[in-house]
Amino acid sequence: MSKRTDSNSYTMIFAVGMVLIVGALLAFLASSLKPNIDENKRIEKQQNILYAMGVNENDESSATFVSTTVAGDEFKKYIKKQLIIEGTNTFEDNQAYLIDVKKEKSKAKEGGVRRLPLFVGEKDGKTFYVAPIRGKGLWDAIWGYVAMDENMVVQGAYFDHKGETPGLGANIKQRYFMDDFIGEHLLDASGNFKGITVAKGNNDAINSDKEDHEVDAIAGATITGDGVSAMIKSDLRLYVSYFKTLKK
Amino acid sequence: MGLLSKKDAKLITDPLTDNNPITIQVLGICSALAITAELKASIVMSISVLFVLGLGNVVISLMRNIIPSKIRIIVQLIVVATLVIIVDLVLKAFAYELSKTLSVFVGLIITNCIIMGRFEAFALGNGPWKSFLDGIGNALGYGVILIIVGFFRELLGSGTLLGFPVLGDPIGSPETGPTGLYGLGYENNGFMLLSPMALIVVGIIIWVQRSRNKALIEEN
Repeated sequence: MSKRTDSNSYTMIFAVGMVLIVGALLAFLASSLKPNIDENKRIEKQQNILYAMGVNENDESSATFVSTTVAGDEFKKYIKKQLIIEGTNTFEDNQAYLIDVKKEKSKAKEGGVRRLPLFVGEKDGKTFYVAPIRGKGLWDAIWGYVAMDENMVVQGAYFDHKGETPGLGANIKQRYFMDDFIGEHLLDASGNFKGITVAKGNNDAINSDKEDHEVDAIAGATITGDGVSAMIKSDLRLYVSYFKTLKK
Repeated sequence: MGLLSKKDAKLITDPLTDNNPITIQVLGICSALAITAELKASIVMSISVLFVLGLGNVVISLMRNIIPSKIRIIVQLIVVATLVIIVDLVLKAFAYELSKTLSVFVGLIITNCIIMGRFEAFALGNGPWKSFLDGIGNALGYGVILIIVGFFRELLGSGTLLGFPVLGDPIGSPETGPTGLYGLGYENNGFMLLSPMALIVVGIIIWVQRSRNKALIEEN
């Protein structure tokens, strides 16, 4: 059969038609599902923040959030204050957890003032300060939430990633990695910010030394680990001045 | 396989053995080395490809008479990308947890050469039912290799299978020290976790397969 599909005009019409149909279909799907997806993301943020301060359903080895149905109520119950730090001003805003850290980071890059959200939670009589962090892994974005006490000693951490290698970099969201951060100090003995480095060969696989500013790296995930160190250093440093005001 | 004619059954069994997409056609190597560091990821990827290749082959086969040959590759790409994005969106809206596990695989599925290869080599010239079987067969052939590679890499690299420590605990408690095989001085081979070892494992599979079936050995 001499192919009518070989003619240029048919090819053009087919291409335009296909783009229109596929484009319309995807646009329709994306916009009609957007409310559901946004709601899921909102709940996930609440779960992440709660996870970092130890409100979760972990069993011995796996990391489990509080269930989506109770996340909203638990969030109200445990998070006492949501602060926004803007330059030297600090004010409360109960929508602070919706702040897009990525947008704030690029705003700061363009010379604007970055709004830093900080969540003050209380559990078993202890106060937790949870801060979001965000950075780059090997393939794509990585982010997390770090819960600290008033001396900037880590009380809990949650990390997540968009597309790190399964089995290697993706393991930053495994308990054995995240739990290593608990108890680590962000400030050195004289009160200067030092951060926590994901270190190879610190000879401390079970992480018994909590004041060395190091946690054990994941084999085969060097660049993702470096990304975690970098985002802790760059983003948590910004909160130091707020923590200093707590001491006064 | 009483349900299928002999010819149809061959469409499924061939890619599992003598016409395996990875070991014989050497397609899909990129994803085979990217995600086989653990068994679970291999299984998830296999199932995802099974789904996309089965469905994609049917869609392309149904469109085979109206696709202009000059732009057929781009049309194939659009079909597979659309399918994957639809699945991704629906999962994000209704099964958020699952979608997070799968998000890593989305890009890898779209660019998987087995999928484009089967569209181009089979679905464009055959009917939907045959194309469906061909898609399932090739995805299974791909999955089998992925799972074998994932099994050995996770077992020898991390000492676990599906996350369970099957060889004992390399660190153990301070009192007892390492347990299981590690207590005897065994060490994980960290090299298994790096991508080159996926290629070497695939190479070994190819070696074993060809030494058992000499007909597969190319001349020269």
